[in-house]
Amino acid sequence: MRKYILTAAAALALALPAASFAAEAEIHIPAEKWSFNGITGHFDKEQVQRGFQVYKEVCSACHSLEYISFRNFEALGYSEAQVKALAAEYEVEDGPDDNGDMFKRKAKPSDKLPKPYPNEKFARSANGGALPPDLSLIAKARHGGPDYLFHLLRGYDEAPADMKLADGMSYNKYFPGHQIAMAKQIEDDKVTYADGTKSDADQIARDVSAFLMWTAEPKMEVRHATGLRVIIFTLLFTVLAYFLKRRIWARIEQH
Amino acid sequence: MTNATEKTTLRKIFDWHEQRLPIVSFIDHAVGTQYPAPRNLNYFWNFGFIAGFMLAVMTVTGIFLAMNYVAHTSMAFDSVERIMRDVNYGWLLRYMHANGASFFFIAVYIHIFRGLYYGSYKAPREVLWWIGLLILLAMMATAFMGYVLPWGQMSFWGATVITSMFTAIPWVGNAITTLLWGGFAVDYPTLNRFFALHYLLPFVIFGLVFMHIWALHIPGSNNPLGIDVSTKDKIPFHPYYTVKDAFGVGVFLLFYFAVVFWAPNALGEVDNYVKANPLQTPPHIVPEWYFLPFYAILRAIPNKLLGVIAMFGSILIMFVLPWLDTSRIRSATFRPVYKWLLIVFMLDCALLTWCGAQLPEGAPLILGRIGAAWYFLHLLVLTPVVGWLETPKPLPASIGEPVLRPAE
Ligand code: HEC
Ligand code: HEM
Repeated sequence: MRKYILTAAAALALALPAASFAAEAEIHIPAEKWSFNGITGHFDKEQVQRGFQVYKEVCSACHSLEYISFRNFEALGYSEAQVKALAAEYEVEDGPDDNGDMFKRKAKPSDKLPKPYPNEKFARSANGGALPPDLSLIAKARHGGPDYLFHLLRGYDEAPADMKLADGMSYNKYFPGHQIAMAKQIEDDKVTYADGTKSDADQIARDVSAFLMWTAEPKMEVRHATGLRVIIFTLLFTVLAYFLKRRIWARIEQH
Repeated sequence: MTNATEKTTLRKIFDWHEQRLPIVSFIDHAVGTQYPAPRNLNYFWNFGFIAGFMLAVMTVTGIFLAMNYVAHTSMAFDSVERIMRDVNYGWLLRYMHANGASFFFIAVYIHIFRGLYYGSYKAPREVLWWIGLLILLAMMATAFMGYVLPWGQMSFWGATVITSMFTAIPWVGNAITTLLWGGFAVDYPTLNRFFALHYLLPFVIFGLVFMHIWALHIPGSNNPLGIDVSTKDKIPFHPYYTVKDAFGVGVFLLFYFAVVFWAPNALGEVDNYVKANPLQTPPHIVPEWYFLPFYAILRAIPNKLLGVIAMFGSILIMFVLPWLDTSRIRSATFRPVYKWLLIVFMLDCALLTWCGAQLPEGAPLILGRIGAAWYFLHLLVLTPVVGWLETPKPLPASIGEPVLRPAE
C-alpha cells in the first residue's frame, strides 16, 4: 500500500522527514505482490470471491464483518440472483411483528452479514477470554495491511525453546509479542475451491487477505480510476498555466 | 452600431452596482490589477495563495462531510464508515479532507519558513506576522478537534493525552480540563463540543485571513531581496501573479492528488481504523505529523508543567521574533552567518518532527532534548547575538540594479 512511487516522490519533494511517522514495527513484514498494487491496481474478482469462500467456511465462525451487507457482493461480480440466493442461506432476526414478537426470517440482500456471536462477552467466553476482532477494516487497521494478514495466517510455528506459551496460545512469527489467542486456521486443502483453483495453504491465505483488503477498501477501484482522470486533468491545467505564465511574463522580462 | 464612447447596457448596470457596493473594485485592489507587487517574487511566494486555496477545499469538503457525520460516541465511527462506503463520492470527500489537513499544514509551514528566511516578520510587517501566527494556532485547534471526530482509537487517546496536559496548570488546570471535556473524561459531551468548535473555527480562520491580507496591503509584499521596492519595480498582481499562482496551485495539487488517490492512509495512523475503546490504551500514542515537533518539545522536558510551557512557548516566542531579531536586514540572502543558522534551525525542526514520532526513550529522547534546547537557543540567544555581531553583505539599491561595489 505504501510503496507507491508517486507517494515517495510526493513525500520527498515536500521534504517531509523520510522516516515513516509512526514508530516502525519491530517485526519486518515482507511485501507481497497484489493485483491491487500500483497506479491502476484493481481487485482480482476471482481471487476475492475465493477469499470470500474462505471467510465463509473458516473465519466467519469467529469473526464478524459488520460493515458488509450481502448486496455489496454484487461488486465482486455476483449477479443479483446469486446475491439473493446467498442471503437466503442465512437467517436473521427481525421484528417486532404486529403481536410484538421477534421472529426469524431469511436474510435479504440489504441485510448485513450476521455476526457469529450475540455480544462481546459471549465471543470472549467462546475464545478463552480473547476477542476475535471484526475483520471489515482489519486490512487498514494493522501496519503492513494485506501483507501482514498473509504472513500472520502463515506465520504459525513451533515456539522457541526459551519461550513459554500461556494456555490456549499459539506462537506466531508476525503477531506483536508472538503469542496469539487464535489457533492456526489455514492448512493445505482447508477449503475446496468452487472454481477448481489448487488450494494450498499459501493460496488460501493470499485469497482471504485479498478479500479482507476489499472489505476494508471497497472503493479502491473507483478511487484509482477517478485518480487517473483527475491527475491527467490537473496536469493539463498545470501545463497550460505554465505556458500562459511564460507568455504573460515575457511582456516584462524582455528588458 | 453603438458608439465606442457610449456605454453598453451591461456596463451601465455594472457601474450602477459598483457605485452602491464597489465589490469588484475591492477585489481588484486586493488581488487584482490595482495591487502593485514587487516584480522579483520567487515561487516561495505561492504558498500563501495555496494555503488559502486549501482552506477553501477544507471548508467545502468539510461541509459535505458534516451532512453525513453523526457526532455521538456510539455512531461517529460508523457514520464515517458509512461516508466511505455508501455516500456518493463519500470516500473522496473524506480522503480529500483528511489529507487536505496535512497539505494545508505543508503549505502553511513552507509559507512560515519563507517569512523567516526573507525577514517578512520585521518592520513594518509585525502585525501581519502576528495574524499569521494566530491563523496557525486556530488551524492547530481545528485540526486537533477534527482528528477526534472519527472516534477511532487514536482520536480518543490523542484527545485524552492532549487535553490532560491542561491539568498541569496550577490552580485552574483541572477546571479547564473538565470544561474541555464537558465531564470527567473524554466522552460524548467532548465529542459534541469538539464538533461544534471544529465547524466554527474555520470561519474564524477566514476572518483572520481577511485581516492578514488587509495588513499585507498596508506595506505591500516583501520580496527575496528584502529591500523596500520603488513603484517602478512593481507590477500589477493581476495578471502576473494570478497566473503564476494558478501554475503553483496546479503543481501543488498534483502532489496532493497523488496522495489522496494512491496513498490516502499513508499519513494517518492504522489505529484510527479501530473504534475508540476507553478500556484499551494503544501501545504508542502519536499525534498527527504536523504536531510532532511540538510533541517532541513537550516530551523532552521531564516536568509536566514545564513541558507544557515549553510547548506553547515554542509558538508564542514567535510573536516577539521581530524584536528578538536585532538585525535590520530582512533577507537572509545578505546575512552570511544568520543564513546558515536558519538552515540549521529548519533541520532542527525536521529532527524534532522525527523525534516526536518515536517512543520517548534512548537515542530519540536525547536527540529530542538536544533539538528542543537548540530550538530555544536559536530564538532566544543566537538570533539576537548574531544580529548584533554579523556584518551583512551590501544591499542592492533596487531590484533592477546590481549590488553597488564598495568604493575602492
Ligand atoms: C476459532 C475462532 C477463530 C477462527 C475460526 C478465526 N479466528 Fe482470527 N482470531 C481469533 C481470535 C480469538 C483472535 C484474537 C487473537 C488475539 O488477540 O490474540 C483472532 C485474531 C485475528 C486477527 C487479528 C490479529 C491482530 O493483529 O490483532 C486476524 C487478522 C484474524 N484473526 C484473521 C482470521 C482469518 C483471516 C480467519 C479465517 C481464515 C480467522 N481469523 C479465523 C479467533 C479465530
Ligand atoms: C481549517 C480548516 C480545517 C482543518 C485543518 C480540518 C482538519 C480536520 C482533520 C485533521 C480531520 C480528521 C480527518 C480524519 O482522519 O477523518 C477533520 C475531520 C472532519 N472535519 Fe475538518 N478541518 C477543517 C475544516 C472543516 C470545516 C469547515 C468543516 C465543516 C464545516 C469540517 C468538518 C469535518 C468533519 C465533519 C470531519 C469528520 C469526518 C472525518 O473524519 O472525515 N472541517 N478535519
